[in-house]
Amino acid sequence: MKKYSSLKGIQALISQKQLTLPDLLAYYFKQIKENEHLNAFNEVFFYSAEVQAKAVQQKIEEGNAGKLAGMVIGIKDNICYKDHIVTASSKMLDGFVSPYSATVVQRLLQEDAVIIGRLNCDEFAMGGSNETSYFGTVKNAVNPDLVPGGSSGGSAVAVQADMCLAALGTDTGGSVRQPAAFCGQIGLKPTYGRISRYGVIAYASSFDQVGPITSSVEDAALLLEVLAGADENDSTVSPLDVPAYSANLNQLEPKRIAVLKETMESEALDPEIKSAILESIESLKAQGHVIDYVSFDLLDYLVPAYYILTTAEASSNLSRYDGVHYGHRNAEAKSLTELYKLSRAEGFGEEVKRRILLGTFVLSAGYYDAYYQKAQQVRRLIREKLDVLFQDYDLILLPVAPTPPFKIGDNMQDPLVMYMADIFTVLPSLSGNPAIALPIGNNKANLPLSIQFIAKHFEEAQLLAFSQAFLSL
Amino acid sequence: MSLGTSENNYELVSGLEIHVQLNTNTKIFSADSASFGALPNQNISTVSLALPGSLPKLNKEVVAKAVRIGLALNCTINQINHFDRKNYFYADLPKGYQITQDSQPICINGFLEVELADGSTKKIGINRIHLEEDAGKSIHDQDENYSLVDLNRAGVPLIEIVTEPDIRSAEEASALLTEIRKLVRHLNVSDGNMEEGSLRCDANISIRPKNATDFGTRCEVKNLNSMRNVRRAMDFEFSRQVEVVSAGGKIIQSTLNFDADKGTTSPMRTKEEANDYRYFADPDLPPVSISDAWLAEIKSLMPALPNEIWRQMVADFGISKADAALFAEDLSLLAYFNRALPNVKNKKSLINWLVGPVRAILSERGISIANFGVKPEQLAEALNLVDEKKLTQQIAIQQLLPAIENHDTEDVVKLAESLNLLISTNSDDLDGYIDEALQKYSQQVEAYKKGKKGVLGLFVGEVMKLAKGKADAKKINELILEKLK
Repeated sequence: MKKYSSLKGIQALISQKQLTLPDLLAYYFKQIKENEHLNAFNEVFFYSAEVQAKAVQQKIEEGNAGKLAGMVIGIKDNICYKDHIVTASSKMLDGFVSPYSATVVQRLLQEDAVIIGRLNCDEFAMGGSNETSYFGTVKNAVNPDLVPGGSSGGSAVAVQADMCLAALGTDTGGSVRQPAAFCGQIGLKPTYGRISRYGVIAYASSFDQVGPITSSVEDAALLLEVLAGADENDSTVSPLDVPAYSANLNQLEPKRIAVLKETMESEALDPEIKSAILESIESLKAQGHVIDYVSFDLLDYLVPAYYILTTAEASSNLSRYDGVHYGHRNAEAKSLTELYKLSRAEGFGEEVKRRILLGTFVLSAGYYDAYYQKAQQVRRLIREKLDVLFQDYDLILLPVAPTPPFKIGDNMQDPLVMYMADIFTVLPSLSGNPAIALPIGNNKANLPLSIQFIAKHFEEAQLLAFSQAFLSL
Repeated sequence: MSLGTSENNYELVSGLEIHVQLNTNTKIFSADSASFGALPNQNISTVSLALPGSLPKLNKEVVAKAVRIGLALNCTINQINHFDRKNYFYADLPKGYQITQDSQPICINGFLEVELADGSTKKIGINRIHLEEDAGKSIHDQDENYSLVDLNRAGVPLIEIVTEPDIRSAEEASALLTEIRKLVRHLNVSDGNMEEGSLRCDANISIRPKNATDFGTRCEVKNLNSMRNVRRAMDFEFSRQVEVVSAGGKIIQSTLNFDADKGTTSPMRTKEEANDYRYFADPDLPPVSISDAWLAEIKSLMPALPNEIWRQMVADFGISKADAALFAEDLSLLAYFNRALPNVKNKKSLINWLVGPVRAILSERGISIANFGVKPEQLAEALNLVDEKKLTQQIAIQQLLPAIENHDTEDVVKLAESLNLLISTNSDDLDGYIDEALQKYSQQVEAYKKGKKGVLGLFVGEVMKLAKGKADAKKINELILEKLK
């Protein structure tokens, strides 16, 4: 059982003088120490976190602290924090110190959050099990033989094992939602364009979104409220106003919910997950929500389209890691070409190389039309299809992952098996819709199970309010 | 069938790709300075360095400038256009890709008419104009073991103007480039300086038998960095290709380098042209949307084009095309003219002054009219004094204008008065001077009276001298004639 599960609780304790922020931070440091074997943190920011905690404590006492005062948060190690190392869990960036902060980091600090450290993840956020990290696999706190999911595995485990109150992850095709599901937490992927990507190390630019992993919907809402909104430095961020998500969690009317029939009928879906979801559906009905099973015939195209598009973007996004300006550089290279080849061969891990090669291939002359362009067309179809569904429904219901957390090493031999496990999470990634993973109890082996809801573009307010009600069923 | 071997049997077919560096204050995708000449790696930040997590942000001024040049080249403006990534590795390309426009450039389908030496005009089609970022600079000759990289230029905005293969001679190419350079300067889009690399050119060159309609195989000649080299490269390439074809050979499509020292072209290493750039739409930048209102605003802020200006001036003031062209090609001169115009009584004199004596003063000092110490209103007043015969043109130019520059006064008439430069209107004074002069040249007066009318000028000159130039020659003339009757 976690000692602290929401910011509201912590803020109450602090205001009643039963807790100070430096004490809270010390508690989390102790938790991190005790859970070192889970390998969730790539680095704990002992010094800067402590300085920040003291400063915020002072502000609290003076009565002028920000919204997130009392929140101790970890950030995925692909988010830049000025004067701190950021590695994307790659040898390529081992020891690289960022000279600037991501917009999300600036906004956290502006509202007086304390950033406790950078969290392990799959290398360049490429992976679904946190096994591709240069700094080693992260372990699920439920059972250290199991993966925590990925790519934001460290973020999920840090929250799961009470090493911080909340964490930021990034979600390209499920990298927030799936580890949150594997670790029994709440994982939110906002609408593409809701949160700035400035200072977030790119994997696939038209998919990447920062998202919170939390133990309460309230904290997810609060974080989204702070992080979302227009940013001078990222022209793909929507200029839409940011609603007060956290203040509107209790306004709930009956929803029209579409269950994607093919996802529930999928052979890959674990029976225990299926029955847990069916149970959830029954209680939703009992609550007065309208549930319809609808057909979604593009399911087979999701994973191929996703991997073609994301690897294409990745192959270009990762070109900057060439050993010339920063990052890993082979010292023996005799020519520029050799420098590129050796630095990149040594700096990148297997999975990253696989995706760069795949992406380079699908963009190549002669293959572009058959792969990249086709996949773009599929993406458009998927968007259109969801838009049509959302004319009749408020939410779409489907699983997060087809299975509960699996054993470390089990899926590493066959990348295709690993890729296919993304089938349910890549849907809103392709369409850009917001989606949330919510815990629905454990299976017989006591492993966390999860359910996913997708909402209309920029309808996070509705999604969060619904989630709050759903979890209190 | 014999084609013959002479160059006279073939014609040159060429299209140009002209890179123009825009003169914006900041780079195309960041707030870094775009200025030339800073110390290496001074104008760089997260974006220029392509640090992890950095993102491009479009500088809108770049769009406005590209639209200006597009309108001047009679192009259709693609009000929705987007950026693509051109992927390749090079040390001075820190992202590993160049942001450019491939499938949807900002301007398409334009043309430009250029005038040739024989007075004929030639219409050259513009295929497209696209926006892109410049790369940095690799420096290979400053260190024994390493190449150095300067990223100041990385991200400086460029437009690439791609013409149709309408060019048939080196003269046409050179006339086109000259006209484009004139336009980019006129529209304040670029300094158009070829020596500093603000204007660079690649030429696609092929040949075909005269009267043929099919195109021959083309070669692309890179790095033509002066007007002269464009001509030389074309002449050389034309001769080379004619020679190859005449000898029964075939032109192989290739990329060539122009060697300015030797005046020859040579193939680039095949490696350099084997790139597959893997273009795709840049997901970091939303499509550029130029609203009708924005387009209208850009249009409204555009100066009149040189052709419009000189035609208008010829029509309005009846001046020669050559004089009118001086105003059309120098916007600061035109602005000066327009400021002075409402204040002058004789518009034609204003033009004559500006293209004559004022221009001479400026060129002697090597300055632009923008730096001329005489304000347009002051020049107008000086000119009016001359037109009203209160001041001679010579004194105005030699004494009054320098005095205006050296005195901190607005009132030109008072200044002229205080310096005693105005023409003496007192006939008595003049009478005295005339008597004095006629007395001095009494012998010549006799000669005059005997019919040697040519000496009159001598008397006038003497009177003028005595009047220290402040007299109206015409009036002196009249008075002397009166006296000698």
